Amino acid sequence: MSDIDGKVLAPEIQPGELKVAGVSKSYGAGQIHKDVVRECNFTIERGKLTVMVGPSGCGKSTLIRLLAGFEQPTTGTIELDGKSVTGPSRELLVLFQESALFPWMTTWNNILYGPRARGELNGETLEFAEFLLAKVGLQEFRDKYPGQLSGGMQRRAELARAMINNPRVMILDEPFRGLDAMTKELMWEYYSGLYEENQRTNFFVTTDIDEAVFLADRLLVMSNVPTQVRAVIEVDLPRPRRLADIVENDRANDIKKQALSILHAEAMRSFSRGSKAAADFVEAYLKRERSN
Amino acid sequence: MAAGGARRINARVVTHGLVSILIFLVLWEVGSRSKVWLAWDAFGPLRDLIAAFGLKTHYLPWIGAVPAPSAVFKAWMGVIDQAGYWQSWYMSFQRVLGGFVAAMLIGIPYGLMLAVSRTAHGINFPVFESLRPIPPLAWVPASIIFWPTQELAIMFITFLGAFYTIVINVVGGAKSIDGRFFQAAQSMGASKWDIFKRIVLPGTLPSIMVGSAVGMGITWEVVVAAEMISGGGSQMGGSGGGLGFFIWNSYVGGSYEQIVVGMISIGIAGYVSSELLRSLGTYVTPWLRVR
Repeated sequence: MSDIDGKVLAPEIQPGELKVAGVSKSYGAGQIHKDVVRECNFTIERGKLTVMVGPSGCGKSTLIRLLAGFEQPTTGTIELDGKSVTGPSRELLVLFQESALFPWMTTWNNILYGPRARGELNGETLEFAEFLLAKVGLQEFRDKYPGQLSGGMQRRAELARAMINNPRVMILDEPFRGLDAMTKELMWEYYSGLYEENQRTNFFVTTDIDEAVFLADRLLVMSNVPTQVRAVIEVDLPRPRRLADIVENDRANDIKKQALSILHAEAMRSFSRGSKAAADFVEAYLKRERSN
Repeated sequence: MAAGGARRINARVVTHGLVSILIFLVLWEVGSRSKVWLAWDAFGPLRDLIAAFGLKTHYLPWIGAVPAPSAVFKAWMGVIDQAGYWQSWYMSFQRVLGGFVAAMLIGIPYGLMLAVSRTAHGINFPVFESLRPIPPLAWVPASIIFWPTQELAIMFITFLGAFYTIVINVVGGAKSIDGRFFQAAQSMGASKWDIFKRIVLPGTLPSIMVGSAVGMGITWEVVVAAEMISGGGSQMGGSGGGLGFFIWNSYVGGSYEQIVVGMISIGIAGYVSSELLRSLGTYVTPWLRVR
């Protein structure tokens, strides 16, 4: 990462690779025993943007907690660059659903939280923070509190707060959920621009198929609970990506259909078991089919 | 623009406040003069109605027996230049402040400890919860016996009044901090101490301020009663017994107007201290101010 003069502003980015092998997670015991994740196998490849898409309530959040080290899997292993993940660390940074910016800190102090907490605040970090603040276009909002920022600004501030820690893998849990459609699409372009610039390892979780296809290098299509990987689709669309191009792109639409039909089959299965979320999905799916 | 808007709103708030006080005073004056106007023939039916409830018919129940605001005001002007009256303010304020500050100094760390440590919570909470329902005033006799001076005894009572409220609010506030904040801080490599200092403390601050404001109200309720019961530190001599004692003394001396003066003084004192605390609260939680 460099500014106009070519001066290096950040420590070299070292993208990591996350291997998930035979991971299961279950809660409770006996009668109330519940498998949430079952035999999950996938790799979040180095320097790629992997998107996981699955029906809502499919155990994605549980999987994220496992990946980030907040919880340990019941069986199986999660390895970051060959080392087992045993607890939360800055190497595996999570951006949560909706904003987890600290409400009592200004944008600037939020961004500096990580380095400050680790006692790594120095001239270089401050310069990098300054660079990131400009990158996310929030210079004028530097001394504002999160409550004073719009939804989109909050997400951008959060991206900066994560990037300053130079994690090996960035995990994003439906980060754009709750934004209005317009802001959301702007954030897609913005976020994919950030990714294209840095080529960090990104793991992005969503329920929105359009979002998934627009962003992904690799698409993991998940099953309903207990979570398993149903399909891995390589999204070979050219970068940089612009929304206008993708909407018209036949390949993008093919991938979308392919993923949707898997999700649809999943939804039908849980629909027959009486899931409300699945019923909603089927309805939305049919609507989309008719309009195509 | 914005400042002007704020000032306009403030002006309206002030006007509303003044109107409310004025209406209150007028109703009170009219009510306490009911001895005069109720004697008119036109109010015969009203007198019959009052009689039907078995009450005295020559004035309105309750309010008719209270001294009128004009009389109270006159009495107030009579004491306002007396050192003894202000000494009462000073004494009560001192006791409230002493007890309240002690409650903050002990209650905030104690509450945080209960919130942060499950062990501390397990060990402390049962005792805390069984002491909490005991009204501070029930402690008065014991307090007078246990503490070396009456002054300390009264401060202890006011301390209790604020302490429980502050602790309960601190515990509740700290526990209701969004779990994602902890996870976010953890995954950015924050130590436990850093999480405590920069997440738990500021996250609890709004509840600390709410608990303190409520606690402050209780200390005023308690201090007055404690002063009445304990004789207001009579060893201090003369009228140095605080506002509670001032009221009690007026009652014993038969000056009903002065009782009301004492009551109003406490109202004002309580309001002023709560307001000061509220401004302090707004000052230390700037992120809540900006919405």
